[in-house]
Amino acid sequence: MTLLLDDPTEDAPAEGVQEQDAPRSVDPGLGRVDKTFRFTVRGIGMFVLVMTVAIGGFLGWQATHTYHDYGLKFFYGTTFDPSRNLFQIAPILLGTVEVALVALAVGFPIALMTALFITEYAPSRLKSPLIALVDMMAAVPSVIVGVWAVKWLQDRAIFTTRWISQNLGWIPIFHVDGDIDAASNTWQINFIGSVAIAGLVVGLMIVPLACSVMRGVFDLAPLSEREAAYALGSTKWGMIRTVVIPFGRGGIIGGTMLALGRALGETVAVLLIITNDDTPKIQVLSGGTDTISAMIASQFGNAHQGQLAAYLTAGFVLFVMTIAVNTVAAIFVNRSRSGAGVDV
Amino acid sequence: MSESPEITQTLQRPARTVVPVSGEHVGSPLVARPIGRRTLDDRASLVGSLLAALAITWLVYERMLAFGGYVGFAVCWWLTFIIVYTFVSASSHPWVEVKDRLAGVIVASGASIIALVLGCMVVFVFLKGWPALHHWNFYTQDMTGVSPLDPLSKGGISHALVGSAIEVGIAVLVALPLGIGTAVYMSEVGGRAAKLVRTVVEAMTALPDILAGLFVYTVLIVGLHWDRTGLSAALALVVTMVPIVARSAEVTLRVVPGGLREASWALGASQWQTVWRVVLPTARSGLTTALILGIARVSGETAPLLIVSGSSTYFNANPLSQPMNSLPLFIYGNVRGVQDENILARGYGAAAVLLTVVLILFTLARFVARPRSGSR
Amino acid sequence: MAPVSTTLDRPEQRSTAAELEAREVSAWFGTNKVLEQVSLTMPRNTVTALIGPSGCGKSTFLRILNRMHEKVPSAHLSGEVLLDGYDIYAPGLTVTATRKRIGMVFQKPNPFPAMSIADNVTAGLKLTGTKIGRSERAELIERSLTRAGLWNEVKDRLNQPGTSLSGGQQQRLCIARSLAVDPELLLMDEPCSALDPTSTYRIEQTIAEIVSDVTIVIVTHNMQQAARVSQQCAFFLASQGTPGQIVESGETAQIFGSPRDPRTADYVNGRFG
Repeated sequence: MTLLLDDPTEDAPAEGVQEQDAPRSVDPGLGRVDKTFRFTVRGIGMFVLVMTVAIGGFLGWQATHTYHDYGLKFFYGTTFDPSRNLFQIAPILLGTVEVALVALAVGFPIALMTALFITEYAPSRLKSPLIALVDMMAAVPSVIVGVWAVKWLQDRAIFTTRWISQNLGWIPIFHVDGDIDAASNTWQINFIGSVAIAGLVVGLMIVPLACSVMRGVFDLAPLSEREAAYALGSTKWGMIRTVVIPFGRGGIIGGTMLALGRALGETVAVLLIITNDDTPKIQVLSGGTDTISAMIASQFGNAHQGQLAAYLTAGFVLFVMTIAVNTVAAIFVNRSRSGAGVDV
Repeated sequence: MSESPEITQTLQRPARTVVPVSGEHVGSPLVARPIGRRTLDDRASLVGSLLAALAITWLVYERMLAFGGYVGFAVCWWLTFIIVYTFVSASSHPWVEVKDRLAGVIVASGASIIALVLGCMVVFVFLKGWPALHHWNFYTQDMTGVSPLDPLSKGGISHALVGSAIEVGIAVLVALPLGIGTAVYMSEVGGRAAKLVRTVVEAMTALPDILAGLFVYTVLIVGLHWDRTGLSAALALVVTMVPIVARSAEVTLRVVPGGLREASWALGASQWQTVWRVVLPTARSGLTTALILGIARVSGETAPLLIVSGSSTYFNANPLSQPMNSLPLFIYGNVRGVQDENILARGYGAAAVLLTVVLILFTLARFVARPRSGSR
Repeated sequence: MAPVSTTLDRPEQRSTAAELEAREVSAWFGTNKVLEQVSLTMPRNTVTALIGPSGCGKSTFLRILNRMHEKVPSAHLSGEVLLDGYDIYAPGLTVTATRKRIGMVFQKPNPFPAMSIADNVTAGLKLTGTKIGRSERAELIERSLTRAGLWNEVKDRLNQPGTSLSGGQQQRLCIARSLAVDPELLLMDEPCSALDPTSTYRIEQTIAEIVSDVTIVIVTHNMQQAARVSQQCAFFLASQGTPGQIVESGETAQIFGSPRDPRTADYVNGRFG
């Protein structure tokens, strides 16, 4: 008999009483102040949500109008002539993508090299000023970059684009029609306002964005792996190639895609440089092109009411492209090893 | 452990450990050696290659005519330098070292491009704008009654200055509470709806600014038959600004450690008091930075203004009636397609003013964001 | 002058183990002196253990031996480190060549995650620009992994990423990686402190096997390990605020059996640590 020991059943409820082990609801009992606070803040959040959904909905509604008025050809047709009420934005989409790709080709290497220099090569007291310098570049308004580009950079850059078309003109995208070898300055007209020049400028503008994302991931490359490489007798560049860049792959791609999104939407700098040309073309060195945002900015003034929907839809297409690119960028950054510490 | 036969004779052998006597030293004096510095070889091959490339480019440049002027010369010089440097390094170092040196040089060159571009832009704008900038009337007069071709002693950008100030001011007054309120909602209240709001806000940061302008134009000006006023322009700026402010403010609030909030609740504070007295003050410098950068960015916004704002020539401080001009719009108008020197000079001058404002705001933001000693 | 080229050009002629001698090495981080005139000879084909309580400069000293110390921006040193009689800090020998001849295994295993096991083993060759033919490469991988005691466990999965192994296996992979460049000396900085006893035992076995080809210097906190694996031993000590110094050095049997300095005796008998 175990009388001296506690009977474990002593404190149990008598048989017949069902004791439910259900969780009880706990009322936080918010005071009046908090209720108001949460209500207000939630209200603001909802207002912003509604506002943005309204914008999205409005744009979608306009898109259906456009589909009504112009059909699917709006998206793939190649004749764009608002004066004749012909809205087919394929050549403009092409121009947008071309400018963005050239911008990437220019901006990606510069951003990568700048990010590597800042994190790996710069002496520590130079790091902060260098970062400030790159961020300052981001702060310069695009209208000012555009003004500098069209009045200073373009006149010099066309010498380079001419050289490329003279020597590599047998490749279709580098070909330029017209008298490009003229001794006097008449050759210039063929090169001014091209995709290449616009892409060059936009490329310079997107460097700070890509650079800061890349910089963020390079900083996180683990010291232990770096030391392993050095201990094997590696040079600095060997270490960067084997440790830093593979580690930072997610950030490199993500940062580049974010930059791409920005390049797609750049308006004023492109507007200041390009000469308007709405025919589809792949010759990137030849003057004349159009991008969606530049088109909207320059043409809407001539738009009568019925055509507004078309412009809005074109802008909506651009919006969707940018969202898609940004989402892919975020995925790349978040899923990589380096993604954890970086905010995209 | 190695088994050596001498171990058994420990006692006869002398002690096999050494106890160093401090203070006695043989050999070189205690001088710290330079290690890891660049050797004479590194420096000499770099400078030598630069000079050799300069000489070669000088001689050959005239024949190539591929590029124009100084910029072309610099590019040729750089290319020649890379080639010469490769050869010089390869003559006395293994290929890995050559690659390492080349990588270092190329990375440094790439990084300097941004510095050069930035410097070039700043110098260009101020140099070309100087003819207009040093006239007092530039800041105090507007362009009423002044023909654009008139000399720079007449006319100015006062209307654009006040227009920018008012439009940006209104935009900030509206976008700031909306943005920070949304950020507080996402960060402090949370919940499923908040997640939806966050996704939507993220998506909206991708909205092309021209589209924001077109949207406001279609709804307010065409749809509601408003006039083009300073207010309509400001609202277009609000549409662009809110998602950006909301997003960066939320990031700042998220970084505030949860432990601080818990400490506040444990003391019996309500959520409102926690947010107002603990979270927001802790995030103050981050929020201020986000705000200042937002202002800087919005001051330079041009695209929506091209659609929604008229560009007046007269001073107008009333946002509710009559169009207003603004700095970016004025710059754009004075440069696009313009060849006349005076008109351009005013444009550059306005650009210089805008650039100064933006750079001041930027420096201010960095000053506010600097890590304070003893914080955290 | 010590040759800079690699002996892998002729794989049948592998490098012999070298002797390392540190002469009056002092080290600073900024103005903070952390090592005071340390002199030590590490004979060829032996295992020299550096023991002592934490914070007395053993790891710093080890990192001076393969010029990893200077990676820290504020680091300085004085004195000489002679590899077979030649000062590795003298201008004639590049840092990368030194580190090829003096390898290092770290406390926490650090295989390259972006590379397969096979690629990890030959990473050192790739990083130093050493060319090797396909058949020699396969042979080198097998030889290095065998020496490190890992071949049988991974021979069927050489293409899996380096990080798919357990901790002890990763450390042996790092040892194989260091051995693949055919160093004359291998420095080991507490290689077993992050591992379980079985892995520790395997690595101690490996040390005993490779010492016939490579001189080994090992920093360890574990006195029993030092007694097990080493033939020579150096006891480091740093009292409050003073830089680290060698109190006593010599044959392991003596250090543990009949140390001359009372502080050594106290340490090896566990009276402090």
